[in-house]
Amino acid sequence: MSDNTDIDTVPAGAGGVGETDRTDRTDRTDRAGGAARAASDRRGLAGLRGRLAGANVLWIFLVLVGLMTFFSVIEPNFTNPVNLRSIAADNAPLLVLAVGMTYVIISAGIDLSVGSVLIFSGVVAAKTMLWLGGGADASVGAANAGWGVTLAGCAAGVLGGTAWGLLNGLLVAKARIPSLIATLGTLGMALGAAYLITDGTDVRGIPLNFTRTIGFGLALGVVPWLCVIAAVITVLLGLVLAFTKFGLRTYAIGSNAEAARRVGIPVDWHLIRVYALSGMLAGVAGCLSLAHYTTTTISGHTTDNLAAIAAVVLGGASLFGGSGAVAGTVIGLLIPAVLQKGFITIQVNPYWQYIAVGAVLVLAVYFDQLRRRARERG
Amino acid sequence: MTSETGTPLLELQRINKSFGAVHVLHDVDFTVHPGQVTALVGDNGAGKSTLIKCVAGIYPADSGTIVFEGAPVTVNSPRDAAALGIEVVYQDLALSDNLDVAQNMFLGRERKRKYRLPLLQKLLPRTLDEAAMEEAARETLARLSVRTVASVRQQVASLSGGQRQTVAIAKAVLWESKVVILDEPTAALGVAQTEQVLALVRRLAEAGHGVVLISHNMNDVFEVADRITALYLGRVAADVKASDVSRSQVVELITAGRSGDLGLAPSTAAESI
Repeated sequence: MSDNTDIDTVPAGAGGVGETDRTDRTDRTDRAGGAARAASDRRGLAGLRGRLAGANVLWIFLVLVGLMTFFSVIEPNFTNPVNLRSIAADNAPLLVLAVGMTYVIISAGIDLSVGSVLIFSGVVAAKTMLWLGGGADASVGAANAGWGVTLAGCAAGVLGGTAWGLLNGLLVAKARIPSLIATLGTLGMALGAAYLITDGTDVRGIPLNFTRTIGFGLALGVVPWLCVIAAVITVLLGLVLAFTKFGLRTYAIGSNAEAARRVGIPVDWHLIRVYALSGMLAGVAGCLSLAHYTTTTISGHTTDNLAAIAAVVLGGASLFGGSGAVAGTVIGLLIPAVLQKGFITIQVNPYWQYIAVGAVLVLAVYFDQLRRRARERG
Repeated sequence: MTSETGTPLLELQRINKSFGAVHVLHDVDFTVHPGQVTALVGDNGAGKSTLIKCVAGIYPADSGTIVFEGAPVTVNSPRDAAALGIEVVYQDLALSDNLDVAQNMFLGRERKRKYRLPLLQKLLPRTLDEAAMEEAARETLARLSVRTVASVRQQVASLSGGQRQTVAIAKAVLWESKVVILDEPTAALGVAQTEQVLALVRRLAEAGHGVVLISHNMNDVFEVADRITALYLGRVAADVKASDVSRSQVVELITAGRSGDLGLAPSTAAESI
């Protein structure tokens, strides 16, 4: 296998195919290269297909389908709407985090701070709501406040998240601190700030309209609002990634930042925006989590960052940047979620989930490596 | 081959450049004519890359004039160079492996889809016009008679060295660069691919571009170059027609700064060492 960082030493000749490790989507090219020529009237679809799907995603999708089938055969109750609804609602904040993480990882970075920023944003949102809507009775808090208070609180939370994201972006792009370290630093700082603001106790008494509607209300009586919000964000940002200049440049920078710089792409500014987006989404996730749990859950979320990274990688993204897709991330997120719920449903100790997800993650990357090695020999 | 009469596309006059105490370029004159391939030759450290980087706006010259199409210009950034129509194809190519050929060719100047209704144009976010970019990329490759790149939807990672070079050169053509500077385009290529790339270089000149070929390889230089400018330790040793010199003369110019009555005066050549 060639060195992952060495992208320009493609051997000349040798049948004209030089592959490097970074080409998660080469499968697509092999298949779609011919297909694209055949279907020239469907121009542009091959590029789209590459960014939306790819062999990795297909494989992991089959795993998901397999798991769903397995659990519903053993326990038919598994696929009842209430169960599916709760899987979706519980994972909505995490999905929002993972979408931001997809952008960051495609740009060849990592954002470890998202879990802490989520907590920080939740705290800021809750404190703002209490400050604006808190009545005389401290035990009630802002429970009876109106939507204005709720919206102001959410805005503050999202702004707080965006600020941390901006800081991450500046540290990575301008100060040239490796993203692993920069976001490890802000992970600690954001968490510390959240603890300082709250003195270590969860904030309660947020508006009931917020928790009853966004937290566990159903849109049209069917879909949880949490899922609607997460889905809208996911679809929107999935389309942005696949179809816009911003998305394309994110792939370009992750693939070869120097090349991007030479064609005049403002790489630093782009990276700042990518990290700010991730921070902003962590802020949104913080608000969703606040609504769902009716409190700030400052001691939770410590492994949210790793869960989001695992989802992105399971979804077919390369940690070396340049490849990945939001659709893959969604599937990559659903696998651990389904495993956890499935184990509970079939009455296996749910802690097995962690072991199973870890194994699936390692296996997914291992099979991918095997396939690529086979291709290089072939 | 075009005659030397007429306005040069690009003219560098008395360019000087130092890095600290090291004087890298001494009063370098360098001329690029449209429709010609000018080879820039010289040993490692002769100043070829520095000269090119001055033209490309990566580091500005300390003194001297850059004249583009008859008018003096300032080139302080790669964007300035690109705006004038000067494109450098670097040795390491700098393509994005994970993007396809068309996306690479348009990177940095992506085209966006236009909506028919002006209102939509204002309201909706504009997505990439993949079809138009694909079509333009394909046309450019066809114009250069490139048959080696089967599909512009291929990922660059799956291309060979020669194909990558072709894509990098085609990108310069697509952006309608007047001067195309190629830094060692055949360095990493096999025999057949070298031939393809050299043929492409020739076609570039025939299409009217001013082409600068930086090369160590005398075969390449004599196969495609109209003029040869030899640098020796930061000075122009000779600026001659390729048909007027022999290979061994050029090699002497590169290694010793002079050859017979060509090249630097013996005292200058010796002093430079």
